Amino acid sequence: MHEQVKTKRLVVRLATAAVLMFGFGFALVPLYEVFCDITGLNGKNFNEGPAAISSVDRSRTVKIQFVTVNPADMPWEFRPNERTMRVFPGEDKVTAFYAKNPTPEWMVAQAVPSVTPSEAAPYLHKVNCFCFDRQPLEAGADTEMPLVFVIDPDLPRHISTITLSYALYDLTDNQKVTQSSHNNDKGRASL
Amino acid sequence: MATVDVDLPHVKDDDPHHHGPAKGLGRWLFTTNHKDIGSMYLIFSLCMFMIGGIMALIIRAELFQPGLQLVEPNFFNQMTTMHGLIMVFGAVMPAFVGLANWMIPMQIGAPDMALPRMNNWSFWILPFAFLILLSSLFMPGGAPNFGWTFYAPLSTTYAPESVTFFIFGVHIMGASSIMGAINIIATILNMRAPGMTLMKMPMFTWTWLITAFLLIAVMPVLAGVVTMMLMDIHFGTSFFNAAGGGDPVLFQHVFWFFGHPEVYIMILPAFGIISEIIPTFARKRLFGYSSMVYAVASIALLSFVVWAHHMFTVGMPLVGEVFFMFATMLIAVPTGVKVFNWVATMFRGSMTFETPMLFAIAFVVLFTIGGFSGLMLAIAPADFQYHDTYFVVAHFHYVLVPGAIFSIMAAAYYWLPKWTGHQLNETMGKVHFWLSFVGVNITFFPMHFVGLAGMPRRIPDYALQFADFNSMASVGAFIFGFSQLVFIYNIIQNVRVGEKATAQVWEGAHGLEWTVPSPAPYHTFSTPPKVD
Repeated sequence: MHEQVKTKRLVVRLATAAVLMFGFGFALVPLYEVFCDITGLNGKNFNEGPAAISSVDRSRTVKIQFVTVNPADMPWEFRPNERTMRVFPGEDKVTAFYAKNPTPEWMVAQAVPSVTPSEAAPYLHKVNCFCFDRQPLEAGADTEMPLVFVIDPDLPRHISTITLSYALYDLTDNQKVTQSSHNNDKGRASL
Repeated sequence: MATVDVDLPHVKDDDPHHHGPAKGLGRWLFTTNHKDIGSMYLIFSLCMFMIGGIMALIIRAELFQPGLQLVEPNFFNQMTTMHGLIMVFGAVMPAFVGLANWMIPMQIGAPDMALPRMNNWSFWILPFAFLILLSSLFMPGGAPNFGWTFYAPLSTTYAPESVTFFIFGVHIMGASSIMGAINIIATILNMRAPGMTLMKMPMFTWTWLITAFLLIAVMPVLAGVVTMMLMDIHFGTSFFNAAGGGDPVLFQHVFWFFGHPEVYIMILPAFGIISEIIPTFARKRLFGYSSMVYAVASIALLSFVVWAHHMFTVGMPLVGEVFFMFATMLIAVPTGVKVFNWVATMFRGSMTFETPMLFAIAFVVLFTIGGFSGLMLAIAPADFQYHDTYFVVAHFHYVLVPGAIFSIMAAAYYWLPKWTGHQLNETMGKVHFWLSFVGVNITFFPMHFVGLAGMPRRIPDYALQFADFNSMASVGAFIFGFSQLVFIYNIIQNVRVGEKATAQVWEGAHGLEWTVPSPAPYHTFSTPPKVD
């Protein structure tokens, strides 16, 4: 029957569309990341590694605020050594964060950074950061974790304050699971 | 619209193929008849409406006075969550699917739905989805308590154990909706009677065609997002877990990519129903039929590019806020076209005010109020003040209760004589209407004020200054809730007794469904009618 063939073809197309949209839901995950990467909308597209900045802009200073956040179940002490700094754009700066593991067990943590306003994120150049690596600490041990950064002199003039926030996550369980598989230190740990 | 000039070759009860329904429980379990399945959807939706309504009354009873009187905060959160989920997925959506099952084949002159067996399947998995969801109330740790929007990581890392059952339930109801939508599209595109061109289709059928495409586009995304939650909870992935490199804001983006078209899934069929009822009782053709069709289509298209107006406060950049603000406001244009056309249809019509018409007029007025508060919320800078307050609660209840729910009630009253063969009891219908109308406004109007004054949503206790308006709202909620018993009594009475209804039922009714006798025979349009 012509009618039935037509219906069958339509149903197959519609069902395929539903399956494709299910896939699209998952495709939104990488799309979201690419979109944020290109536009810098989520304050996470930093420049990392050695900076190629020669000149220092001494005509203005930028205030940098450091914020630390512990999620609810993270027992570490975690704070910046300096809460705020004033820096000239283009000037290399070194600071450090203090972390202590007060528990009786060995733990691993990972700091995840975020910059506000997000517009400033691409201009905050982290030469070296403790957040590039996982931080293991023995029971009761403490450490100073260095951060070397430079602000790009191209930073738009209307930005006078940048907030750099670190959330410190407990990855001890994850580490135990993935230690043997040499997982990449960043990104979706076990995806 | 179709000018209906039909010969009636379809009423031939002596034909051996026109057997009646099977007897007993088997009729309902194995039926592939669109009318039986439509009735089951509608009864199921009514049951869910009452269960969700009881939850709403528990919420309002707790909020009658400040302080904690009746329930624990955790149970209160379970009630707000379950109320939302049940009303959205269990009451409103199945009611529209039920109406579609009953009316679309009759409106386009088709003998049944295109895929009758799948139709049976898509209904019968639904009660199980909600049994699973409701059973979570009795599980250790209680039912889902993270709000119907189930934002991660609240619904992953911090959720009660029962979240897995919630996810499974959502998967099943999603599958049901997708199958229903495929069936509706196949029916409308392939089974129209000769001469029933697309632009002659009744508005209810048109709005459902567009809604079905929205369902196919976004229900799989909902299934995807709950699958990601499932993987985060049980398989160690980190889609929404910042510790593993995931992003909680991503959840909101994916959820609202589904969620905003979803709100139009709940209102477009309502637009269709109202566009059927107003012309009937104004005794005029629908004003601007083709502009109505284009308005619905453009609302559906725009619904895909406005989702982030639900998340203005997550820290979006200015460009994003401005884009989503203006895109959202753009939706007011086609919606305004629709409201204008309804009013223009009534203008200088010879109107009568039977129960369906009263609900339809209340829909136009109160939905417009809800639309305007939506416009207020769309203003990004102002939204920072309104976000997560009772103003939002007032807004979406105005578009869903006197919007979607009133349209379903209007449809029930409008088509009930066609289904049961008995004229409506107008007195009881009017009692139900006026109690509901007053109750709804007493319930939801004060919520605007407490919301603007800063009362947050989803809280079991609140500051003293909100006490008066909250007790008012609670009184209204009980009036509205208990007046639904009149509705149920009215329906049961109508099924059992009543004056015999004519085929035409309403003096001004036009369309194929009014050419078959009342009650509609078990099989209609086995031979397609000819539409001129």
